[in-house]
Parts: sequence; structure tokens; C-alpha cells
Amino acid sequence: MSSRETILKRLRERSDGPLTAPASDFAVVTGRGWDASERLARFEQLIGSVHGEVMHTTQAGWTETLAKVLAAKGIARLALGREHPVAAEARRALADHSVELVDVDRDIEAWQREQFESVDAGLTSTRGGIAETGSLWLWPTSDEPRLISLVPPTHIAVLDADSIEDTFFDVVERNAWAQGMPTNALLISGPSKTADIEQTLAYGVHGPKALVVIVRHTGEVPA
Amino acid sequence: MSAVDDAVHTYTPREFHRQAHDALGNPQIRGNFRRAMDGLMAKRRGVFSDWDLETLRELGANIRLRALAKLPDLLEQLEANCQANGIQVHWASDGDEACRIIGEICQSHDARAVIKGKSMVSEEMHLNAHLERAGIEALESDLGEYLVQLNEQTPSHIIMPAIHLNTDEISEIMHTKTGTERTRDVDYMTAAARQQLRERFMAADVGVSGVNFAVAETGTLCLVENEGNGRMTTTVPPVHIAVTGIEKVVEQLRDVPPLYALLTRSATGQHVTTYFNMISGPRKSDEHDGPREVHLVLVDNGRSSIYQDDELLDTLRCIRCGACMNHCPVYTRVGGHTYGTTYPGPIGSILMPHMLGLEETKDLPTASSLCGACGEVCPVKIPIPDLLVRLRKESVGEGRGNVPGAGVKRSAKEVAAWKGFQWLATHPAAWRRSTALAGKLHKLVPSSLGPWTDHRTAPKPAKASLHALVKRYRRGEGES
Repeated sequence: MSSRETILKRLRERSDGPLTAPASDFAVVTGRGWDASERLARFEQLIGSVHGEVMHTTQAGWTETLAKVLAAKGIARLALGREHPVAAEARRALADHSVELVDVDRDIEAWQREQFESVDAGLTSTRGGIAETGSLWLWPTSDEPRLISLVPPTHIAVLDADSIEDTFFDVVERNAWAQGMPTNALLISGPSKTADIEQTLAYGVHGPKALVVIVRHTGEVPA
Repeated sequence: MSAVDDAVHTYTPREFHRQAHDALGNPQIRGNFRRAMDGLMAKRRGVFSDWDLETLRELGANIRLRALAKLPDLLEQLEANCQANGIQVHWASDGDEACRIIGEICQSHDARAVIKGKSMVSEEMHLNAHLERAGIEALESDLGEYLVQLNEQTPSHIIMPAIHLNTDEISEIMHTKTGTERTRDVDYMTAAARQQLRERFMAADVGVSGVNFAVAETGTLCLVENEGNGRMTTTVPPVHIAVTGIEKVVEQLRDVPPLYALLTRSATGQHVTTYFNMISGPRKSDEHDGPREVHLVLVDNGRSSIYQDDELLDTLRCIRCGACMNHCPVYTRVGGHTYGTTYPGPIGSILMPHMLGLEETKDLPTASSLCGACGEVCPVKIPIPDLLVRLRKESVGEGRGNVPGAGVKRSAKEVAAWKGFQWLATHPAAWRRSTALAGKLHKLVPSSLGPWTDHRTAPKPAKASLHALVKRYRRGEGES
């Protein structure tokens, strides 16, 4: 008998007999009842508490904010996609900018060391945010691959204010994740960190040292 | 430097008492753990303050119980969905078989360098040593694990592997092994490790990770981490091998958010970790990064035996948060290495006897005052104190005999003594005669009763028992 069969047989022929599966009540992880401004405030407070930097801007003017971030952080080479509206708008806006745009629609094998050593920041869209934990959720694509939110020292993420939901459970349920998962789904809550040296917090251990979240608003932009 | 000297130590559960004695006499160890555990306890309290914690724990326990109730079906469903997603699934009865499977995958790719994300199951099966014997270098990439590996040690905590080392010791280890400057600057040391490990990620042929939750419904492997080394390990090398115990499966994707909420808050008092990484397959043909092959190795290693027994089953609910050790008065004082096992602290004491047998681990279930703190903080409500008592019973042959090595501590003398006591205590006339006799002979009771009296005064039977006194009083003899 293979190990597979042995294991399954042992589990099925349990000596104390079959077990009954209890039903689960998920009320405790949903139904927060926050309004849009409470969601935003909570998101900002929590991601800020783990060194995420939040900038507020308008839908129309977000690329100006992006240009300011690039200048403030001294970013010379920015990795970004091509097709997603966030990448496309950024490319248009930065065409005459001094920052060098690095294409990411090529297999990593061809430019691994370049990405690890000479890209200053990665720009990505996000699918939404989570107020309860101050998290972003991303489903990397061929246009915006997995590593550009991880390898460069700065990650700039663009988030629409109205895509923030209350809880992780709400995100999974309302966006029907179980209907089809991508190769990689990610929650990101702040820049990379560690407390492995005597519980002293240090940022940027393996992933980005800085996470900038550009929050785009359709209506009024909070101060 | 003590940290480096310490490296030659190998710890074993057989030597628990000696190791505990040594650790208690080491102010460095006691200080490191005390500070760390106090911090973790306070953070956990803070982060649960706005939650209905009891309801959440109830849900967590319930989700894990449901998964265990359907375990064989869920494992088959997980396998089918992983395969549909392009993940290759392997089954291993024990750690040796799992090592062999992983070694073969590595060899089929001519792998020389393996980079590892944190995985307690891989520690449990001593994967690194196995790979090294096959000429494959296995390098830990979690900062704590990396430091512990540099120091030729094993983790002393399942979440914070290097918690036994302080900043000076780590500085010394990094200086000796990697040539960095001696410093107390944690940012400098972190940046140095980042540089050292980035080269290794790029050069690695295979990435090996653990799994926090495996979702049967979608064939998804979930990894919880703060550093990003888990994402690196599972994205950069061309091959990713995930290894997990068979109990880590959950039924549905919606089961994940509550368990994740409980895990991060219980482990380190964080609302959330930096990364929650959900993997549902290898790189697709139009994608530009990620491994070209993903393997999942499902490891039994004693778990299906635990599964047989209704009471012991609760052990398998564990989500490996480490809260039980953070709150354990014994663990806090003796530290993780003292236990001499992969999983230390209360969870280790109820888990390791199944993996190593009670012959090896007979002292672990008694390394507890049964104060109940571990059971109280457990996010999935494992009745750890009850399980410790059960294993104590098993070790003296008074249980159901369902644990390997059951009865190892049974002693004919002790059994006879308790049988005698039982008889005496259920025969009032004999009891009265013997207590009267003990009272008369009270001067003969020795003042030294072995280790018990090292720090206590031996009890002396009173000249007359309470019974006798009351009787005398009632007869009108008054108080004496």
C-alpha cells in the first residue's frame, strides 16, 4: 500500500469512530457597520502603525502625487506594468519625467539581477483594501508580476478609497474568491519587517523598506 | 562568547531535568526569555481588546474541529484541487519518507542550493541534515532561523526562533560567521543579512516552505509572514516545495480569515502580518515570475495515530501560534532548548510524545504546574492541561495505551503504594488505627524526604489526628 492509501485508510478507520462536523457561525468576522470615512480612518491608522505611508489624492490628479513621491524618495528607476490603467496612466504622466521606467513584462530569468540590484521602486495597482487590519489586497498578473511588490526597496501601491472593505472575511466573500483563485493572492500590510533580533523592530529585512499607498478619492480628498 | 559556545550543546528531551537546571542557573537565558515573553503577553492583550475574543476562539476551535472531522475527505479534495491547479502532491508516512521525497525532487533538478522559508515540519523531520548528507546546501532565510543556523543551533521558539539570543550575542555570531562589524545597531545587522540572503535567493535552485493553512476547496497554500522571505522562497527559485502536516488542511477559503486573525494576534500581538501569501499553482504560461513547479508534501509522522483517540485528537487543532509557550511559567523560565524537542513548551509536551514516544519524552508532560494558562490563551481552545494529565496517565500505564511508550514510568513500588493507600483510605477502621499509629511514631518520620524536602520542611504527623481531637472534645475533655 502506498503512503497515501495507508494514511487515508488510518484516518477513515478511526478507532474511536467517525467524527461529527460542527457548523460554523462567522458573524464575529463580519458586519462591522463602518461607514466610508470610518473605514478610511481605520485603514490609515493601522497601516500607518506599521510604517505604511498614506497619501490622499484625486482620481484625476493621482499621477502628480506619484511624481512627488518619486522626487521625495529620489527614485531613479521605477518598475511598472503596461496595460493596467494605473500603469498606463503613470507611463503617460511620467513620459517626460526624469525617472526611468523599467518594463516588467519579461520573464524574470532575463533580468533577475537587474531587478534585485538596480530598481528603486515598483508601482502596482491594488484590488482593494481592508479597514480592520490596514491591508491591501493584490492579485499579481502577467502585467504586474509578483516580485515588483517585493524586490525593489520601495513599493508604491495605488488604492481607490471606495474599494476598502471592512474585514478580510468580507473581501473573500464579496469578491467570490472561492470561485477562482489566481496563481498568487496577497495581502500586504506595511513594508517588510522583522523583530527577530531581541524583539527590536527593523524594516526592510527581505522585502521593501518603504510602502507608499496612494489613495485615490472620487469625491472630496481628506486633508 | 556564550552564544557561540552554546552551539556545541545538543539538547535532548531525556535530559530535561539537567537542561532545566542549567537554564535556570543562566541569568542570560532567563533574562532574554522573561523580557520577550512579558512583551508578547502584553501585546496579545492589547490587540484582542476590541474583539469578542471568546466568540472568535469558539469559531476558531469549531473550524479546526470541522476540518478534522472531515480530514480524509478534505485531504483528497485538497489533492485533487492542487493537481487541477498544477501543484504536484506527495504523501509521506513519516519524516524520513518526506525527506526522501524532497531530496529526490531536488536531485531531479540537479539542485545544489535550497533556500528555506520558516517551516517547523521541516525541523521536525531534520530536513536540513538530510539534504546536507545528499550534498545539497539548505539555507534558512527567516532572519531568526538564519541566525540560529549560523550559530549551529535549533530554534528555541516556534515563532521567534532566536529569542534565546540577545543583540550582543547576535552581533558576535554575525561577526564571527559572516564578517560583519560588531555593533548594537539592529538596522545595520538586518541590512547585512538582507544583502547576504538576496544573493542566496537568486542562486537557489529550490525553495522549501511550510504551510499555515491548506485550503481544500480551492487547492490553495497560505503562508503567514512579516519579513518577505516566505514570498521570496516561494517566488524566486524555479521550484517550490511546500511541506506540511496533514492536519493543516481547512475546508473552505472562508475558514481562513478567522484562523489568520487568531494566529497573528495570539502569536505576536499583531492585527495582521506584513504578508499573507496565498499560492494556488505554479507560474502560468503567460506569467513572468514565480516557480515553474510547485510541490506539496503531506506529512503524517504520527498525526494519524493521534487522530484515532477522541481526547488526543484536540492536539491536532493547533495552528502553531506559540501563545501557550509565551504564557507558560515553565517555558518562560527554562527556555525552548531545555525541552530538547522541535516543538517546545506546552504544545510540544502534548505533541512530541506521539512523535518520539514516551520513553524519550516522559518528563515533558510533567514540565507543567497545570496552572491552566496555556489552555486559557489557546486560540483554538485546546484543553492543553487535560492533555498533559492524560499523557501523565499514559506514562504510568493508567491511560488507554494509545501513546507510544505508554507505561514507561510505571513502577511496581509506586503502584503498590497507591493501591495500599487506596485500601487504607476506603477502610475507616484501618485508617484510624494507622493514623493513630503515625501520630504515636511521629518522631520517627525522617526530616529529609529526597528532593521534595530540599526547599520544604517535611510534614510531621500530629500526635493526635483531628478526628481524635474532635472525639475527645465531644466526650467533654475540652480542648487540649
